[in-house]
Amino acid sequence: MAEALGYETAVGGGRGEVPLDLLVTTDDRPLRDELRRQIARLEQQLSELWTSAFPRKGIDWSVGAVGGPRILGAAELERIRDALLIRIREAQTEIARRADVEEQNRGLVERMIAEPASYPWVQVSNDDVGDRDCKHWHSRPRFGILGMLLGWWRVKLSSGCPLAEGLAASNPDGKEAQEASAPSA
Amino acid sequence: MSSEAVPERGWIAEDVSEELAGLGVHYLVLDQGSGRSPRAVKDRLKELAARFSGAQAVNLRQQAIPWAYRVFFRHIGLDPDEQRTPVEEVALERMKKGGFPSQNLLDDALTIAIAESGVALRAFDADRVEGRLGIRLSLPGEPLEGRPGELPPGTLVIADEARPLALMFGAIGSGRGVSSKTKRTILCAIQVRGVPDIAVEEAIWLAAGVMRS
Repeated sequence: MAEALGYETAVGGGRGEVPLDLLVTTDDRPLRDELRRQIARLEQQLSELWTSAFPRKGIDWSVGAVGGPRILGAAELERIRDALLIRIREAQTEIARRADVEEQNRGLVERMIAEPASYPWVQVSNDDVGDRDCKHWHSRPRFGILGMLLGWWRVKLSSGCPLAEGLAASNPDGKEAQEASAPSA
Repeated sequence: MSSEAVPERGWIAEDVSEELAGLGVHYLVLDQGSGRSPRAVKDRLKELAARFSGAQAVNLRQQAIPWAYRVFFRHIGLDPDEQRTPVEEVALERMKKGGFPSQNLLDDALTIAIAESGVALRAFDADRVEGRLGIRLSLPGEPLEGRPGELPPGTLVIADEARPLALMFGAIGSGRGVSSKTKRTILCAIQVRGVPDIAVEEAIWLAAGVMRS
């Protein structure tokens, strides 16, 4: 691998001229630099994947730390590079698998809307089709029991997420102000 | 050094700069400590929180400067998903708390500067620092004040000319950070490969500007 990265491993000299420990080259900085470049590229890929996968939950993005902060050796950098590679591959596989399921669910929503009676009580949420928000499609009968008996089914689309701030609470100050301004009897 | 001084470039130990090209430290000394934030700073935090949306937080790691810090974290053995980069930490706090609640003038200044620039900033008590700031590897047997035991040899530290002041992107040595007694503050930016000088200077000036407001 070192040769493939342009790193010269030949130390030259015949046996007897070079001490044995020098035959194992220790200056592997070009290898470390190359590994750092690879890690940078892979981190970019992982970041792009992470962004494109949002808001899907439950995908494992962890790569792990080798312990730091310190200058890492080639073996440790290699370990991080390999962990990034594995994580990217696994995330791609998982995203592709979910994309297939989400595509099927989108098809299901279209069929539900076309023929609601064929999908009684089926509910598909935005999460199931890979979108954010809280909306869901629900195949329900019109007019409750009557619609159910007569086969009057329809797909109802929920109105989305609850308001972030909730309903406005009663304002005691406002009440006091109104009472204060009320004409006295 | 006066408050009008320009940011100074700190030193990087030779063995560190040879391995981690592009690593730098820049700092500016301010003749003031922290304290309560004035109304203008609190308003600025609110305005910043309004601009810093969830979508922006999600896209953060695809931006050049936050990405550069993520890569650098990997290079030095940290996992940016376990120990967040400074700008991601700020973004996460924004999402958790729904805003940037004011803490004190220094922390508010750092929050504003980090969120706006993406650059990693730290602060030290200038009167507890000896000589110029720099980055080096810890020596065998060297401690970080306030932490039990010795630092593992070869740990990357922000140091002055006498001792380690803080772990890089980690804990600050006891008594070296800014406290209520601090009279002079050092604002310190850590530059990594991929972060331009101009972004680092902007980050320091942003923080200094908020501190002086």
